[in-house]
Amino acid sequence: MSKLWKEFSKGLWKELPPFKLVLGLCPVLAVTNTANNGLGMGAAVIFVLTLSNLLVSLVRKAIPAKVRIACFIVIAASLVVAVELLMQAFSYPLYQQLGIFVPLIVVNCIILGRAEAFASKNPPLLSIADGLGMGIGFTMSLTFLGSLREILGQGTWFGMHVTWDGFEPFGFMVQAPGAFVSLGVLLALMNFMENVRRKRRGLKAVEGPSHDCGSCGACGSSSKC
Amino acid sequence: MQEYFLLFIGAIFVNNIVLAQYLGNCPFIGTSKESGVAIGMGAAVVFVATMAAAITWLVQAYILVPLGLGFLQTLAFILVIASLVQFVEMFLKKMVPPLYKSLGIFLPLITTNCAVMGIALICQREELDLKTTILFSFASGLGFMLALVLLAGIRERLAVRRLPIAMRGTPIGLVMAGLMSLAFFAFKGMI
Repeated sequence: MSKLWKEFSKGLWKELPPFKLVLGLCPVLAVTNTANNGLGMGAAVIFVLTLSNLLVSLVRKAIPAKVRIACFIVIAASLVVAVELLMQAFSYPLYQQLGIFVPLIVVNCIILGRAEAFASKNPPLLSIADGLGMGIGFTMSLTFLGSLREILGQGTWFGMHVTWDGFEPFGFMVQAPGAFVSLGVLLALMNFMENVRRKRRGLKAVEGPSHDCGSCGACGSSSKC
Repeated sequence: MQEYFLLFIGAIFVNNIVLAQYLGNCPFIGTSKESGVAIGMGAAVVFVATMAAAITWLVQAYILVPLGLGFLQTLAFILVIASLVQFVEMFLKKMVPPLYKSLGIFLPLITTNCAVMGIALICQREELDLKTTILFSFASGLGFMLALVLLAGIRERLAVRRLPIAMRGTPIGLVMAGLMSLAFFAFKGMI
């Protein structure tokens, strides 16, 4: 039980996907113009990630090592097709808002990365815990970034008016440059907090995590990133 | 002729695939530490994105639509792109070894590059014809390469500056990308 909790909870802070692993940046930047979009994207990723981890873990002994990446891609792609159809049926406006980023979940490094780094080596139950934790961590990050950008950029939160009258929203935040800058500043803040914590324990300050292609399954040449 | 020219310029500068459409950010941040690596990666993306967009267009028009399998688009596209990348790698290794030497190491990275699949999907959503698809995907690839090489140049200079330790590496790379994106905003007035 404690092992399950450990795998689940590491995705929530210690290995928070977009910030600590620096993976899957495209949706993080693209769909976080409002909190609602971030949450919807996160929900889709939780669904795909948990199920793909489960399926990969179930078939991990049956597939030869040489074709495993192709198998992971097929599993992820089938699940993404399912998500697309479900979203079209139940939340069409959100599906239209997210646009091509719904089909692009299939090339999100987190899905393949977790399949390769975790699910292909661990039993099903642990893999589900890992997928769920990572997915929830991803959703939290997206919703947080989305809230930040929506509040500063539009003065609303989940469509509700939350700022005082006369607040001048800065449009910069909801545009592309704001996405890059706010993610960069958030990453720096997380590194700063980590360093403050290390200092208190008497350790030396370190540079934050670099973009780590090694944890991404399909990246053959991790040394180049 | 003029509309093709506008499409070409627009895809490179105005709707830059990375800086305005948020596609391909992982390789954009990941491979922009040295300009040599950035040029190799950029060239590989231009090459594969153009071929992938053309082939997925054919697959969509002549296989998926006649068979009524439009909903399998995502699955079909990713399989086409993954096998295309494998095929290109094998072909280059056998037939054009010098090119393979410079591009080969980047090819496996491209399968999960969302710029490649994103370009193919945009072409479908915009309902471009085959000729326009090829032109648009080529220009978008060039836009990716331009942004990547520019960012690599900036980051090479930043690497020797004294920055606060928390800002080093990815965070400053992202802030720089944001500033570049702001600069590219100016092209919006061009078309």
